[in-house]
Amino acid sequence: MTLSISLTVNGEPHDIALDDPRVTLLDLLRERLHLTGTKKGCDRGQCGACTVLIDGKRVNSCLSLAASQDGAEITTIEGISSGDALHPVQAAFVAHDGFQCGFCTPGQIMSAIGLIEEGHAGDDPERVREGMSGNLCRCAAYIGITEAVLEARRMLLEDRKEAAE
Amino acid sequence: MNRFDYIRPSSVSEAVAAASEPGSAYLAAGTNLLDLMKGNVSRPSRLIDVTRLPGLDAIEALPDGGMRIGALVRNSDLAYDPGFAGAYPAVAEALLSGASAQLRNAATVGGNLLQRTRCRYFYDTASACNKREPGSGCDALGGDNRSHAILGWSKACIATHPSDFCVPLAALDAVVEVEGRAGRRDIPIGEFHELPGDTPERESALETGELVVALRLPPEASAFSRHSRYLKLRERTSYAFAVASAAVGLNVEGGKIREARIALGGVAAKPWRADAAEAALAGAAPGEAAFARAAEIALADAAPSGDNAHKIELARRIVKRALLLAAAGTPERMPALPASPFALAPGVLTHG
Repeated sequence: MTLSISLTVNGEPHDIALDDPRVTLLDLLRERLHLTGTKKGCDRGQCGACTVLIDGKRVNSCLSLAASQDGAEITTIEGISSGDALHPVQAAFVAHDGFQCGFCTPGQIMSAIGLIEEGHAGDDPERVREGMSGNLCRCAAYIGITEAVLEARRMLLEDRKEAAE
Repeated sequence: MNRFDYIRPSSVSEAVAAASEPGSAYLAAGTNLLDLMKGNVSRPSRLIDVTRLPGLDAIEALPDGGMRIGALVRNSDLAYDPGFAGAYPAVAEALLSGASAQLRNAATVGGNLLQRTRCRYFYDTASACNKREPGSGCDALGGDNRSHAILGWSKACIATHPSDFCVPLAALDAVVEVEGRAGRRDIPIGEFHELPGDTPERESALETGELVVALRLPPEASAFSRHSRYLKLRERTSYAFAVASAAVGLNVEGGKIREARIALGGVAAKPWRADAAEAALAGAAPGEAAFARAAEIALADAAPSGDNAHKIELARRIVKRALLLAAAGTPERMPALPASPFALAPGVLTHG
């Protein structure tokens, strides 16, 4: 049984034929669309390395069947910069050493973008840490990650204020 | 993961008809089911994807003063809904103390009710587990069972129900609306989850093919909104299942407790309502002595199922502390660490 699904990934529409319904969104992104920025860590929803935005919300792509996401808009780490200009969250991770080995970083960054968009953490480091607890970093770059998220939020708020003026 | 047929029905009745075939399972967000399927713990031959069914994603205020929540409402949407969180703050706190932000953005109300246990012997297909394979035995008995049940367990199964959300729902007498081939019916939350007895494979009152369509909170449930807490002891402060938790609500009038609600999580195969402890608080003045006594009563029937006698005392302390914090008043803003027992009410000792 072949299933046909449509996904918009980083703004680009894709029609995809699935010959097996077991394909997760994570495997589809990596193996079919060759977007390998999204990482497979635990593949069980525990580490957050596979975090992407589905219709603007951060979720674990490893625990989502691709077939079930038919029609969704997906944003991955490949889709957030503007050409060579880093997304403010990416820039803040660089500025604050928000990583060491970098394996968890795409998931951390996508999760941070989701967290800032959700707007519940504000500028409280404790709320940021709690809101980022679904992203594990085996190098334990947590201090830099928290600082990066806080600074990226400030930058994004300022950008939006300027854009509104 | 085994092969399965993927079916996407367009109405509840189509879904119910499809799920009546043997080997079928409903798929919502899949945050629990796909994990179980990857480990070959669950092997459904047909997945009925219910995520597009119309009309199951609303949070509605009911004319009687209660609230109705569609089965497909996401955990995070419910927890941050101002009307819902204002009326039932302990439910919002429980939701936000569970899993991670990513999982809460995906996980649904209906799926949360039907979460499977996190007993590691259930997850390990090389272990004996009566729940996974009836009659095979229970390797948790005599195994690594420090986090297992202390109430309502049997020799056949000592697993616990992992949900945080269901604990305040039990305290507040929520009602589960289900639809099956015979039509719709209501199941009170207290009768929704089953204790193991000799049939631990039977976990809920749902009949084959029945689908959870909504959850209702009765009008009385909002009477506790000013004095409500969910408190959850876990082995790390975030993103962990409960060792023991408690949802409590107090309706305080003129310095006396008019009515109390108490339910415990992480201690049994279902969220554990502590009726006798509630009765003991009715008419009492809120305070340390009354709360300590209520906690004693709540755990009076508890017994270790293995190397977990410590959980009985931990659960008592969580009940008492939740009551003290609730008596001090529902926090105006959701605590930075929802349900953390390390945030203190005025005058409460950390190790009391």
